[in-house]
Amino acid sequence: MTPLVEARAVRKHFPLGGGWFSRPRAVVRAVEDVSLAIAPGETLGLVGESGCGKSTLGRLLLRLLEPTAGDVRFDGRSLLGLDARALRAVRREMQIVFQDPYGSLDPHMRVGSIVGEGLAIHRLGTRAERRRRVEELLALVGLPPDAARRWPHEFSGGQRQRISIARALAVEPRFVVADEAVSALDVSIQAQIINLLQDLKRRLGLTLLFISHDLRVVEHVSDRVAIMYLGRLVEVAPRDRIYTQARHPYTRALLSAVPVADPHRPRRREPLRGELPSATAPPPGCAFHPRCPHAEDVCRRLVPPLEQGRDGHAVACHVFPAER
Amino acid sequence: MALLEVHDLALGLPLDGRVVRALDGVSFGLDRGRVLGLVGESGSGKTMTALCLMRLLPPAARILGGQVLLDGRDLLALPEREMRAVRGAGLAMIFQEPMTALNPVLTVGRQIAEAVALHRPLGRRAAWERAVAVLGEVGFPDPERRARDYPHQLSGGMRQRAMIAMAISCEPKVLIADEPTTALDVTIQAEILDLLAALRARHGMALLLITHDLGVVAEHADEVAIMYGGRIVEHAATAEVFDHALHPYTQALLRSMPALGRRQERLEAIPGQVPDLRRLPRGCAFHDRCPRAIAECRLAPPPLEEKAPGHRVACIRV
Repeated sequence: MTPLVEARAVRKHFPLGGGWFSRPRAVVRAVEDVSLAIAPGETLGLVGESGCGKSTLGRLLLRLLEPTAGDVRFDGRSLLGLDARALRAVRREMQIVFQDPYGSLDPHMRVGSIVGEGLAIHRLGTRAERRRRVEELLALVGLPPDAARRWPHEFSGGQRQRISIARALAVEPRFVVADEAVSALDVSIQAQIINLLQDLKRRLGLTLLFISHDLRVVEHVSDRVAIMYLGRLVEVAPRDRIYTQARHPYTRALLSAVPVADPHRPRRREPLRGELPSATAPPPGCAFHPRCPHAEDVCRRLVPPLEQGRDGHAVACHVFPAER
Repeated sequence: MALLEVHDLALGLPLDGRVVRALDGVSFGLDRGRVLGLVGESGSGKTMTALCLMRLLPPAARILGGQVLLDGRDLLALPEREMRAVRGAGLAMIFQEPMTALNPVLTVGRQIAEAVALHRPLGRRAAWERAVAVLGEVGFPDPERRARDYPHQLSGGMRQRAMIAMAISCEPKVLIADEPTTALDVTIQAEILDLLAALRARHGMALLLITHDLGVVAEHADEVAIMYGGRIVEHAATAEVFDHALHPYTQALLRSMPALGRRQERLEAIPGQVPDLRRLPRGCAFHDRCPRAIAECRLAPPPLEEKAPGHRVACIRV
C-alpha cells in the first residue's frame, strides 16, 4: 500500500548563534537521516525523551519546518516542490493538535471563531454553512452548542483540548499529528480525550502520528511504534512487538523505567549510565553507545543503520540487529 | 503516636471575592521510615496540604483549623521564628521544578552550605564540606568540582538531585516531595525515585510523596491517600488500595489509566470535569461524576471512616 505520509532520509539542523555575517557557533542536529512511512488509517506512536527530535520530525512531516535534506511526501507527492497555492491545498489535509491547551487557543477569539477559522481561511462554504459545521464539530468532540459563543478561558484543560481537536478536524484532514496532546491533562480527563481521539479516528478514517513521551498511553493508542533517540529512529515495530520483544537497549531501558501501577509486580530496571548527550555534539558511531550497557567497539565507530527485519520490526543496533 | 500527625486540617483560599475551602478535614499520620503517597488530580489539595505542613502558604491563604504535629509539637501554633528552625531539620520539601527552588546566582555548593550553616554551628569550611558530601550522596559525579557549578549548568536530572541534596542537608525527619519527577524524562524519573528510596532506607526519613501518577505510588509508597476536592477520600496500604479500592473515585481512577501490558479496547474514562474549587459540588464532591451516587450523597461531605482494618474511606455507599 502507498503510504499516506512519508519521510525519506530527512534531516533537520538548526544553527545556533551567529549573526548576519558570522557563522553559527554550533548546529543542533535535531533530526538525522530519518526514513519513515505511515499507512493510511494507521496510528503511529512516536516516542522519545525531551530533545530527541520527535516534535521536529512531526513538524517536518507537515512541512511546518523546511528539512535541511531529504524529502517529505504526502499521498505519493513530494511536499517540497509545491508552490504556495498547492501547499495550502495540501495543508487542509494535515492538521496538528498541540500539548498546551492553554497556550494554543487565541484568548481573544470566541470558540466558534477558533473552530471555524480553518474553514474561513480555506473559504469553505457560506457563513451560515460554516456556522452549522462548527456546531457539528462541537457536538462531535462532546461540547455543548453554546460553547461557540464562549471564550477559551471559560473552559477547563480537557475541554480546551476538545476545542483544539474540533479546530483540527474542521477542514476534514486525513492526517493529524497529536503532539503530546494528552500529556498536560489530569488522568481522568486524559482517558476522555484518548477515547475521543480513537473514536474520531475510527469514524473519520484518520491517519494519526501520536507523539508522546508516555509509553503507557502510546501502547494504548498505537498500531505501530517508533522510538527516537538523539535525532534518529532506533527501533520501529508493530505495537505488540515493541512492548514484548523490544531489541534496542534504549527501548528496553525506557520500558523498564516506566512505573507500573501494580504493587505486586517486581521491578526489573535496565538502568542507563550518564545523561542525554547534547544534540549539538552527538557521540560518534551509535549516539546511544556512551549510555549503553552492551556497547562494543564497533558501536563507537559506525552509525548503525535502521535495518528492516521480519514482521515489520526494524532496529538500528550493531549488537541486537533486526531478526531476519 | 506517629512521627507526623495531621488532624482535621482545613484551609481557606480567597477566590473571586469569597473564601473557598481548599482543604477540609484532612487527617493522616506518617511514621519514621515510611512512604505515604498522596495522590490526586489538579486542585485536589495535595500541594496545598504540603504547603500547610511547611507553613509556606500564599499570603492570602488562611488555615481555618486543625493541627500538624511533628513529634507531638503543633507546627501550626509555632511562632514563625521557631518554624524556620523546623524547616530543613524537621520537614524539608522538594518541588517539581528545581529552578524555582534553586538560586540561579549562587553555586549549588554555596547554597547548600548556606542552608547547612543556618541550622548548625559550623564554620564556612565545614559547611562547604558538608555540601560536597551530600552532593556525593545524591549521586553527583565528582562532587568536589560540580559543587562549584551554577544551577543553569546542570541538566534537569542533576538540578533535581541538587535540590534533593539541599533538602536532606540538615537531615530532616520528614521529606515532602511534590511531583518530584513529573517534569523529568522517564529514565531520569526512575533514577530520582530510586535515589529517594535509597535515602529513606539509609536515614530512616519519612517521605510524603505527592504525585498524580499511580504507577509511581505503586512502586514507591507503603500507603496511599487519595484526595479529591480538598479531602482525603481513601487511605490504606498500597497493595490494599490497588487490590481492593473501595471509594468509587479510586476505582474509577485505577480503571481510567492505560497500564503497560494491560490491553483494553477503550479506557474507562470518568465522565465530567475535575472539580473547580469555586464550584465544588455540595455534599460529596464526587457525587456528580459518581456511578453509585444517590440523593443522600448531596447532603453532606461523607466522613473519612475506617471501613476495613487500616482502610479509611469517605463514602456513604461503602
